[in-house]
Amino acid sequence: MTIRDMVRILSARVLIGEEKLDTPVYTACCSDLMSDVLAFVDEKTVLITGLTNPHVVRTSEMLDLKCLVFARGKIPTEDILESAEEQGLVVISTKLTAFSTCGMLYEAGLRGVPVPVEWDSKEEK
Amino acid sequence: MEELFSTTYPVAQADYVTAGKASADIKRRLKQLGVGGDVLRRVAVASYEVELNLVIHSLGGELTLTVFPDAVQLVSADVGPGIRDLAMAMREGYSTANEEARSLGFGAGMGLPNMKRNADEFDIQSEYGKGTTITMRFRLS
Repeated sequence: MTIRDMVRILSARVLIGEEKLDTPVYTACCSDLMSDVLAFVDEKTVLITGLTNPHVVRTSEMLDLKCLVFARGKIPTEDILESAEEQGLVVISTKLTAFSTCGMLYEAGLRGVPVPVEWDSKEEK
Repeated sequence: MEELFSTTYPVAQADYVTAGKASADIKRRLKQLGVGGDVLRRVAVASYEVELNLVIHSLGGELTLTVFPDAVQLVSADVGPGIRDLAMAMREGYSTANEEARSLGFGAGMGLPNMKRNADEFDIQSEYGKGTTITMRFRLS
Protein backbone atom coordinates (compact mmCIF):
# COMPACT_ATOMS: atom_id res chain seq x y z
CA MET A 1 0.00 0.00 0.00
CA THR A 2 0.97 3.65 -0.16
CA ILE A 3 0.91 6.29 2.55
CA ARG A 4 -2.19 7.65 0.79
CA ASP A 5 -3.90 4.31 1.45
CA MET A 6 -2.91 4.54 5.11
CA VAL A 7 -4.43 8.02 5.32
CA ARG A 8 -7.69 6.67 3.88
CA ILE A 9 -7.78 3.57 6.10
CA LEU A 10 -7.06 5.57 9.26
CA SER A 11 -9.15 8.63 8.29
CA ALA A 12 -5.97 10.47 9.11
CA ARG A 13 -4.97 14.08 8.79
CA VAL A 14 -1.82 14.77 6.78
CA LEU A 15 0.32 17.17 8.81
CA ILE A 16 3.48 17.15 6.68
CA GLY A 17 4.49 15.67 3.35
CA GLU A 18 1.34 15.89 1.20
CA GLU A 19 3.55 15.55 -1.90
CA LYS A 20 4.94 12.19 -0.78
CA LEU A 21 1.69 10.31 -0.18
CA ASP A 22 2.33 7.94 -3.07
CA THR A 23 5.39 6.47 -1.36
CA PRO A 24 4.92 2.71 -1.04
CA VAL A 25 5.05 1.15 2.43
CA TYR A 26 5.34 -2.53 3.28
CA THR A 27 6.04 -2.65 7.01
CA ALA A 28 5.42 -0.70 10.20
CA CYS A 29 6.36 -0.68 13.85
CA CYS A 30 4.55 0.69 16.87
CA SER A 31 6.34 1.91 19.97
CA ASP A 32 6.60 4.72 22.48
CA LEU A 33 10.04 3.52 23.41
CA MET A 34 12.52 5.20 21.09
CA SER A 35 15.31 3.10 22.63
CA ASP A 36 13.66 0.00 21.21
CA VAL A 37 12.99 1.61 17.85
CA LEU A 38 16.66 2.58 17.58
CA ALA A 39 17.77 -0.87 18.61
CA PHE A 40 15.47 -3.04 16.54
CA VAL A 41 14.31 -1.22 13.46
CA ASP A 42 16.65 -1.37 10.53
CA GLU A 43 14.56 -0.59 7.54
CA LYS A 44 12.85 2.45 6.10
CA THR A 45 9.47 1.89 7.63
CA VAL A 46 6.47 3.52 9.31
CA LEU A 47 6.44 4.37 13.02
CA ILE A 48 3.14 4.48 14.89
CA THR A 49 3.47 6.22 18.25
CA GLY A 50 1.68 8.20 20.91
CA LEU A 51 4.79 10.11 21.87
CA THR A 52 5.06 13.63 20.46
CA ASN A 53 8.43 14.95 21.64
CA PRO A 54 11.27 16.09 19.32
CA HIS A 55 13.07 12.79 19.77
CA VAL A 56 10.43 10.91 17.83
CA VAL A 57 11.32 12.99 14.79
CA ARG A 58 15.03 12.77 15.50
CA THR A 59 14.83 9.00 15.85
CA SER A 60 13.00 8.90 12.52
CA GLU A 61 15.74 11.01 10.98
CA MET A 62 18.51 8.70 12.19
CA LEU A 63 16.70 5.65 10.82
CA ASP A 64 15.48 7.27 7.57
CA LEU A 65 11.89 6.36 8.38
CA LYS A 66 9.23 7.14 5.76
CA CYS A 67 6.22 8.08 7.80
CA LEU A 68 5.25 8.93 11.35
CA VAL A 69 1.71 8.17 12.53
CA PHE A 70 0.52 9.86 15.71
CA ALA A 71 -2.28 7.92 17.35
CA ARG A 72 -5.20 9.19 19.45
CA GLY A 73 -5.36 12.43 17.50
CA LYS A 74 -2.09 13.72 18.87
CA ILE A 75 -0.52 16.58 16.99
CA PRO A 76 3.04 17.64 17.78
CA THR A 77 4.05 21.26 18.18
CA GLU A 78 4.95 23.45 15.22
CA ASP A 79 8.72 23.27 15.77
CA ILE A 80 8.61 19.47 15.79
CA LEU A 81 6.63 19.48 12.55
CA GLU A 82 9.13 21.91 11.02
CA SER A 83 12.02 19.61 11.75
CA ALA A 84 10.04 16.72 10.26
CA GLU A 85 9.48 18.79 7.15
CA GLU A 86 13.18 19.64 6.89
CA GLN A 87 14.07 15.98 6.73
CA GLY A 88 11.35 15.08 4.24
CA LEU A 89 9.29 12.91 6.56
CA VAL A 90 5.56 12.34 6.07
CA VAL A 91 3.63 12.97 9.29
CA ILE A 92 -0.01 12.01 9.77
CA SER A 93 -2.34 11.94 12.76
CA THR A 94 -5.28 9.61 13.33
CA LYS A 95 -8.03 9.65 15.98
CA LEU A 96 -7.64 5.89 16.41
CA THR A 97 -5.68 4.44 19.31
CA ALA A 98 -2.30 2.89 18.60
CA PHE A 99 -3.86 -0.58 18.95
CA SER A 100 -6.63 0.13 16.47
CA THR A 101 -4.23 1.86 14.09
CA CYS A 102 -2.04 -1.25 14.03
CA GLY A 103 -5.05 -3.51 13.63
CA MET A 104 -6.51 -1.60 10.71
CA LEU A 105 -3.19 -1.41 8.89
CA TYR A 106 -2.44 -5.07 9.50
CA GLU A 107 -5.82 -6.05 8.19
CA ALA A 108 -5.11 -4.03 5.06
CA GLY A 109 -1.88 -5.93 4.45
CA LEU A 110 0.85 -4.00 6.23
CA ARG A 111 3.18 -6.22 8.24
CA GLY A 112 5.48 -5.75 11.22
CA VAL A 113 9.15 -4.94 10.77
CA PRO A 114 11.07 -8.19 11.10
CA VAL A 115 12.83 -8.10 14.46
CA PRO A 116 15.17 -10.90 15.47
CA VAL A 117 14.20 -11.99 18.99
CA GLU A 118 15.88 -14.74 20.92
CA TRP A 119 14.68 -16.11 24.22
CA ASP A 120 17.27 -15.71 26.93
CA SER A 121 18.30 -18.78 28.84
CA LYS A 122 16.69 -19.21 32.29
CA GLU A 123 19.66 -17.80 34.21
CA GLU A 124 19.46 -14.53 32.35
CA LYS A 125 17.08 -11.86 33.67
CA MET B 1 45.79 6.72 8.00
CA GLU B 2 45.30 10.26 6.83
CA GLU B 3 42.26 12.14 8.16
CA LEU B 4 39.91 13.55 5.59
CA PHE B 5 37.75 15.45 8.01
CA SER B 6 37.33 15.93 11.74
CA THR B 7 34.98 17.93 13.89
CA THR B 8 34.06 18.03 17.57
CA TYR B 9 30.67 18.77 19.12
CA PRO B 10 30.32 19.77 22.77
CA VAL B 11 27.41 17.96 24.47
CA ALA B 12 25.93 19.40 27.66
CA GLN B 13 24.59 17.43 30.61
CA ALA B 14 20.79 17.17 30.80
CA ASP B 15 20.24 19.19 27.62
CA TYR B 16 17.29 17.07 26.55
CA VAL B 17 15.91 19.63 24.14
CA THR B 18 18.84 19.84 21.75
CA ALA B 19 20.06 16.28 22.29
CA GLY B 20 20.53 14.73 18.89
CA LYS B 21 21.55 17.91 17.09
CA ALA B 22 25.17 16.79 16.86
CA SER B 23 24.13 13.43 15.44
CA ALA B 24 21.84 15.06 12.88
CA ASP B 25 24.77 17.24 11.79
CA ILE B 26 27.11 14.25 11.68
CA LYS B 27 24.66 12.44 9.45
CA ARG B 28 24.34 15.42 7.11
CA ARG B 29 28.10 15.90 6.84
CA LEU B 30 28.73 12.24 6.11
CA LYS B 31 26.03 12.30 3.46
CA GLN B 32 27.75 15.28 1.84
CA LEU B 33 30.99 13.30 1.86
CA GLY B 34 29.27 10.53 -0.05
CA VAL B 35 28.72 8.08 2.81
CA GLY B 36 25.35 6.39 2.44
CA GLY B 37 23.27 3.28 2.87
CA ASP B 38 23.80 0.84 5.68
CA VAL B 39 26.99 2.45 7.03
CA LEU B 40 25.39 5.89 7.26
CA ARG B 41 22.40 4.46 9.12
CA ARG B 42 24.63 2.56 11.55
CA VAL B 43 26.79 5.61 12.25
CA ALA B 44 23.69 7.76 12.73
CA VAL B 45 22.06 5.35 15.20
CA ALA B 46 25.27 4.81 17.21
CA SER B 47 25.98 8.53 17.22
CA TYR B 48 22.50 9.38 18.46
CA GLU B 49 22.71 6.72 21.17
CA VAL B 50 26.09 7.93 22.39
CA GLU B 51 24.99 11.57 22.28
CA LEU B 52 21.90 10.72 24.32
CA ASN B 53 24.09 8.87 26.80
CA LEU B 54 26.23 11.99 27.23
CA VAL B 55 23.08 14.04 27.89
CA ILE B 56 21.40 11.52 30.18
CA HIS B 57 24.32 10.08 32.12
CA SER B 58 27.39 12.29 31.92
CA LEU B 59 28.40 15.58 33.48
CA GLY B 60 29.03 16.79 29.94
CA GLY B 61 31.51 15.89 27.27
CA GLU B 62 32.18 15.96 23.59
CA LEU B 63 31.59 13.90 20.53
CA THR B 64 34.25 13.82 17.81
CA LEU B 65 33.67 12.66 14.27
CA THR B 66 36.72 11.76 12.19
CA VAL B 67 36.52 10.54 8.64
CA PHE B 68 39.34 8.47 7.16
CA PRO B 69 39.48 7.17 3.57
CA ASP B 70 38.45 3.71 4.75
CA ALA B 71 36.52 4.36 7.97
CA VAL B 72 34.37 6.69 10.06
CA GLN B 73 35.33 7.10 13.71
CA LEU B 74 33.21 8.44 16.56
CA VAL B 75 34.76 9.21 19.92
CA SER B 76 32.66 10.22 22.91
CA ALA B 77 34.65 11.54 25.86
CA ASP B 78 33.02 12.88 29.01
CA VAL B 79 34.22 14.54 32.19
CA GLY B 80 32.48 12.10 34.50
CA PRO B 81 31.14 10.50 36.52
CA GLY B 82 32.22 7.20 34.97
CA ILE B 83 30.34 3.92 35.00
CA ARG B 84 30.17 2.05 38.30
CA ASP B 85 29.51 -1.39 36.83
CA LEU B 86 30.55 -1.62 33.21
CA ALA B 87 29.57 -5.27 32.77
CA MET B 88 26.01 -4.47 33.91
CA ALA B 89 25.87 -1.34 31.75
CA MET B 90 26.65 -3.43 28.67
CA ARG B 91 23.67 -5.72 29.33
CA GLU B 92 20.49 -5.17 27.37
CA GLY B 93 17.72 -3.90 29.59
CA TYR B 94 19.93 -2.54 32.36
CA SER B 95 19.48 1.19 32.80
CA THR B 96 20.17 3.89 35.35
CA ALA B 97 18.37 6.58 33.34
CA ASN B 98 16.19 9.06 35.23
CA GLU B 99 12.46 9.76 34.82
CA GLU B 100 13.03 12.62 32.42
CA ALA B 101 14.96 10.45 29.98
CA ARG B 102 12.35 7.71 30.29
CA SER B 103 9.49 10.10 29.65
CA LEU B 104 11.14 10.97 26.32
CA GLY B 105 11.19 7.33 25.28
CA PHE B 106 14.71 6.43 26.34
CA GLY B 107 16.36 4.62 29.22
CA ALA B 108 15.40 1.12 28.13
CA GLY B 109 18.93 -0.09 28.66
CA MET B 110 19.58 -0.59 24.96
CA GLY B 111 22.06 2.22 24.33
CA LEU B 112 25.47 0.64 24.85
CA PRO B 113 24.53 -2.78 23.41
CA ASN B 114 23.03 -1.01 20.41
CA MET B 115 26.21 1.01 19.82
CA LYS B 116 28.24 -2.16 20.00
CA ARG B 117 25.93 -3.88 17.53
CA ASN B 118 26.07 -1.05 15.02
CA ALA B 119 29.80 -0.32 15.13
CA ASP B 120 32.38 -2.53 13.42
CA GLU B 121 34.76 -1.84 16.30
CA PHE B 122 33.64 -0.75 19.75
CA ASP B 123 35.78 0.14 22.73
CA ILE B 124 34.70 1.55 26.08
CA GLN B 125 37.00 2.74 28.84
CA SER B 126 35.47 3.96 32.06
CA GLU B 127 36.70 4.75 35.51
CA TYR B 128 34.16 5.55 38.19
CA GLY B 129 34.87 9.01 39.56
CA LYS B 130 36.69 10.06 36.40
CA GLY B 131 34.84 9.53 33.17
CA THR B 132 34.07 7.42 30.15
CA THR B 133 35.50 7.29 26.65
CA ILE B 134 33.80 5.34 23.89
CA THR B 135 35.50 4.79 20.53
CA MET B 136 33.57 3.38 17.60
CA ARG B 137 34.77 2.68 14.08
CA PHE B 138 32.71 1.95 11.01
CA ARG B 139 34.39 0.53 7.93
CA LEU B 140 33.66 2.16 4.60
CA SER B 141 33.58 -0.58 2.03
